[in-house]
Amino acid sequence: MITGFILRALEGKIVIAVAILLGVAILVPALNLLALPDSALHIPTYLMALMGKYLCYALLALALDLVWGYCGILSLGHGAFFALGGYAMGMYLMRQIGSRGVYGNPILPDFMVFLNWKELPWFWYGFDWFAFATVMVLFVPGLLAFVFGWFAFRSRVNGVYLSIITQAMTYALMLAFFRNDMGFGGNNGLTDFKDIIGFPVQADGTRAVLFAMSAIMLALCLVIASAIVRSKFGKVLVGVRDAESRVRFLGFRVENIKLFTFVVSAMMAGVAGALFVPQVGIINPGEFAPANSIEVVVWTAVGGRGTLIGPIIGAVLVNAGKSFFTGAFPEFWLYALGGLFIAVTLFLPRGIVGTIQHGFKARQALKAAAEAEKGRGDEETVARAVQAAE
Amino acid sequence: MNTIAETRTKSLLYLENVSVSFDGFKALNSLSFVVEPGELRAIIGPNGAGKTTMMDIITGKTRPDTGTVLFEDQIDLTKKDEADIAQLGIGRKFQKPTVFESHTVWDNLELALNRDRGVFATLFYTLSPEDKARIEEILETIRLTHRKDELAANLSHGQKQWLEIGMLLAQEPKLLLVDEPVAGMTDAETIETAELLKEIAKTRSVVVVEHDMGFIRDLGVKVTCLAEGSVLAEGSIDFVSNDPKVIENYLGR
Repeated sequence: MITGFILRALEGKIVIAVAILLGVAILVPALNLLALPDSALHIPTYLMALMGKYLCYALLALALDLVWGYCGILSLGHGAFFALGGYAMGMYLMRQIGSRGVYGNPILPDFMVFLNWKELPWFWYGFDWFAFATVMVLFVPGLLAFVFGWFAFRSRVNGVYLSIITQAMTYALMLAFFRNDMGFGGNNGLTDFKDIIGFPVQADGTRAVLFAMSAIMLALCLVIASAIVRSKFGKVLVGVRDAESRVRFLGFRVENIKLFTFVVSAMMAGVAGALFVPQVGIINPGEFAPANSIEVVVWTAVGGRGTLIGPIIGAVLVNAGKSFFTGAFPEFWLYALGGLFIAVTLFLPRGIVGTIQHGFKARQALKAAAEAEKGRGDEETVARAVQAAE
Repeated sequence: MNTIAETRTKSLLYLENVSVSFDGFKALNSLSFVVEPGELRAIIGPNGAGKTTMMDIITGKTRPDTGTVLFEDQIDLTKKDEADIAQLGIGRKFQKPTVFESHTVWDNLELALNRDRGVFATLFYTLSPEDKARIEEILETIRLTHRKDELAANLSHGQKQWLEIGMLLAQEPKLLLVDEPVAGMTDAETIETAELLKEIAKTRSVVVVEHDMGFIRDLGVKVTCLAEGSVLAEGSIDFVSNDPKVIENYLGR
């Protein structure tokens, strides 16, 4: 049963994408650690960290594609789940600093000493253990998605209204996390990390492992997402996107279908955030900013929603573009992003991968039509081909 | 009272004094209506008579303000939602054909099959030989076998109507509600649809809402005429179409 579920995921394109990701997971760290610094093949550490960041964004975009591309829920608050996963990992990293902080307090993190706190708040308990933090990385975003989805989907909040509430959710969290009393470092967030499971965060070897983990988790989540969308459940999901009331009248509980997908997607976003934080070295309330969540939507749209692979490509391309632009012409980046979004909406409404897939199908249809003309096919094939090409 | 109690004990669907109003407009005005097991029933009536509202109430989309709605004599439909009611065995076909356009004809039927619809059951579902045989059988019934691998979006209007009827068959309902099945169909398709519905009604109850009097004559069944939210007349097509009230309210207009 489970094997069937996973095997179904491994369709051609997914296998190729997974192979590429696993190749990247080995090759990039190898070129960073093993190639001589002056060789042309050497990948400098800053570049590897940058690419690791892109992979985390790609995982976030993949998570969004699951709910937006397949279930039709346009979440404008996925950055919140990403940030929560990031905070869970950040709290673990803070606990690892121990007495090496500026104030040298063996129990309290620096910002708590600064705020004159006497003891560790209860919700920081447990974050000394990596395993606990890992569970929280999944649990906290999952719980928020569950509670949020429970109310939203049960009361049948749909479309633009749902998008607005998700946006409000991430904005509210941002304001909450900015407050010092929340106990998450306020404005400054969590930073100045030292170790992760005993290894120094800044060391090349640790960074290489973190990069490889990002690529592997992205590949794993891609397989899971593909297994979900290619199962019967995935077909129901697309049904919910295209004709929600028909699905209801067929006897499916639409609210449960949406809730499950939303929670899985939020957990994936949490994992992305958890991998992101040790690689960039900081997490602060800015990650909850509404604009961040909207950017994720842009990546997904550029790559092609409802394709799983598209959002990964979109996230990497747009962010690589961002790195280039903000380096070369910093003042033009926002114009470029805006222009890109308009161009994609106007000329590539299906996104990059969606357009390629569609073009491929249309070419196949034309081929069938040509064959039929030669007298080998019947009239119906032509009609079908023409219809498909349209 | 005695007669009502008697009809109630053998009814499949039982509506009594059902009223509902939207912003003061009485869409249904103490409507009473009974469908027996295995019955094929046609419903006619002018626009705004409450035909679609009645279907909304039976399928749980709308809650009545007052009245009783019972399925199989004891299940109170006013307390259930759409998914519950569909699982109880009431299928509904919409006025506008509603199929999953980005799925193939086959997948549309597979989704409609009356199997466990839970999240995990569908995640780990694999097509069994029985299910495959059942889908093939339905494809034959709705005459779409040759197009089973095509996207539903590419079907003609009439074929979409049939696919939706096929999806309802796959649901194996005890009661089928069909809203204007022949709207927009050619004459040939209309005749075939009448045959199809008669065939379906052999194994379950069917309620058809339709404006096409020729089609209803083809069906040759008991007719209920609704107007202004309540039943105006009930009986054979000839009886109903000769009723002066029906002529005044509907046919004569």
